[in-house]
Amino acid sequence: MRSFWSIALATLAKDIRLEWRSKDALNAMLFFSLLVVVIFVFSFDPLAEESRHIVGGLVWVAFLFAAVVALNQTWARELRNQVLDAYRVSPAAANALFLAKALGNFILVGLLEGLMAPLFVIFYNLRALGPAWQLIPVALLGTWALVVNGTFFAAMSIRTRSRELMLPLLLFPVSIPAVLGMVAGTTSILTGENPAHFWIVLLLTYDVVFTTACIGLFETVLQAE
Amino acid sequence: MNSAGSIKFLYAAYIATWLIHALYIGSLVRRYSRLRRQMKDLGK
Amino acid sequence: MKRAFPILAVLTALLLAYAFYQALWVAPTDALQGDVYRIIYYHVPSAWTAFLLFFINFIASVEYLASAKPSTKRAAKWIVIAIGIAGCVAAYVVPLPAGIRPSAIAMTVLAIPAFYFLIGKYFPEQNLDLLAVTAAEVGVVFCTIVLVTGPIWARPVWGIWWAPGDIRLTSTLVLWLIYVSYLVLRRFSDSAQTQKLAAVLAVFGALDVPLVYFSIWFFRTQHPQPVIGGGGSMDPRMLHVLLISWMAFLCFAFLVCWLRYGLEKLRREVEEAEALESLLEPSGPAAQTSKARVPLSRGIL
Repeated sequence: MRSFWSIALATLAKDIRLEWRSKDALNAMLFFSLLVVVIFVFSFDPLAEESRHIVGGLVWVAFLFAAVVALNQTWARELRNQVLDAYRVSPAAANALFLAKALGNFILVGLLEGLMAPLFVIFYNLRALGPAWQLIPVALLGTWALVVNGTFFAAMSIRTRSRELMLPLLLFPVSIPAVLGMVAGTTSILTGENPAHFWIVLLLTYDVVFTTACIGLFETVLQAE
Repeated sequence: MNSAGSIKFLYAAYIATWLIHALYIGSLVRRYSRLRRQMKDLGK
Repeated sequence: MKRAFPILAVLTALLLAYAFYQALWVAPTDALQGDVYRIIYYHVPSAWTAFLLFFINFIASVEYLASAKPSTKRAAKWIVIAIGIAGCVAAYVVPLPAGIRPSAIAMTVLAIPAFYFLIGKYFPEQNLDLLAVTAAEVGVVFCTIVLVTGPIWARPVWGIWWAPGDIRLTSTLVLWLIYVSYLVLRRFSDSAQTQKLAAVLAVFGALDVPLVYFSIWFFRTQHPQPVIGGGGSMDPRMLHVLLISWMAFLCFAFLVCWLRYGLEKLRREVEEAEALESLLEPSGPAAQTSKARVPLSRGIL
């Protein structure tokens, strides 16, 4: 068991160090979501009252598309020098690799959200009318929901002919309940009209179900030949 | 709701159903004939 | 088998014609909606058929994944039996919302082991994937019909084409998207890995279905709704026609699945023959002049 976590942590540390040195994915994601924010500001130009109703959708659409950038990078890096093949023949547990990758993406996307959220607040003059602290569980659970399935489907889509194109096609349909949970949860907290508890429970259920499924099936995907 | 106007929707739905089925079966037949041709080419 | 197809096709055509006659002339006119409600005789049977096919796709995919190793195969068998027993017990022990009979839940849960063992009996391991892709593709066709006829019905009755909060149409749309992505994956993947990846995606899609349903169900309680004729019971004559229509569409779906299944089988044979050809003929694709004979068996049709 100790070796499982030491493998996972070593992979995670390696990925974070690589990302820290190049900052490729983070810069691309930041710039991409900044563009989305600016385009949305121009195209909607909402009043503060209206923006509470739409910003939940905008924020998560921006993060969803930005996250795809990071997720596509996840495994592409390992293909370059046949690292993935080496991993496949090594006796290390496949799930250690998966969890490390998912955690790495979680940190990356979480960092992006932390940096971008203030921009949304400024551009849309946001102030939550509901309990604002509930945004934290919604964001954490929602990000994990995106990232765990995203990491899994990225591992699937590198096996297909058009790699980068496939990931959103596979990820978005399955993510619809999670996205609905994030958007509706955020909106109900911002407007203060409805309690967000159901959405938090839904996201938690989604996370538990799909984390279990990913861990159960990742080895099949990694070894699929 | 006037039933004379809405009856058009009924016809539209029935026609649409069979149109979709016909298109799908047509695509199946086309794929069949292409495979048969390939098979014949390989057999030579 | 080959000779049975035209006979079955004629019988299905007769059944469909009979269902058509029943739906348009025998079934009573709805007091509120007028004749346009008769769309449900195509809409609802298509939906039931599509859900059944997606369910078959799920079971076949699970069975395909389980067949990788003897140990997982045995484990899957016992898990399926346990699900059947646990579901039956739970249906009678857990208090259910009013209007849902425990026997209905028990029957639905029992469908899982029933289909699992039926499919396992009649489809050998190498054919499970054929069944999965057939069920998914034909299911998408029927689901498309549901999504097309639904708005056509909603427009004259509700006055709008699409109600974003309507749980049935919206969750059907999400289901459609999931299975279209399944088909897209199958198209874009290389043949060696396709089967496993597709089976994994099918499991993910099936796990998603209850979550989709509940999320939209709750989403709808927060949004204004068009008035949908509440949970009133149906005229028994209408239900009768609906069931006839469903039978007809099931037979039709069976025939289409048969065609699609044979097509997939033929495709595999062509692929194998091509692979063999390129092995025998390392100089290149000079297939026309080659003397090498590849033993070919014909498709099932």
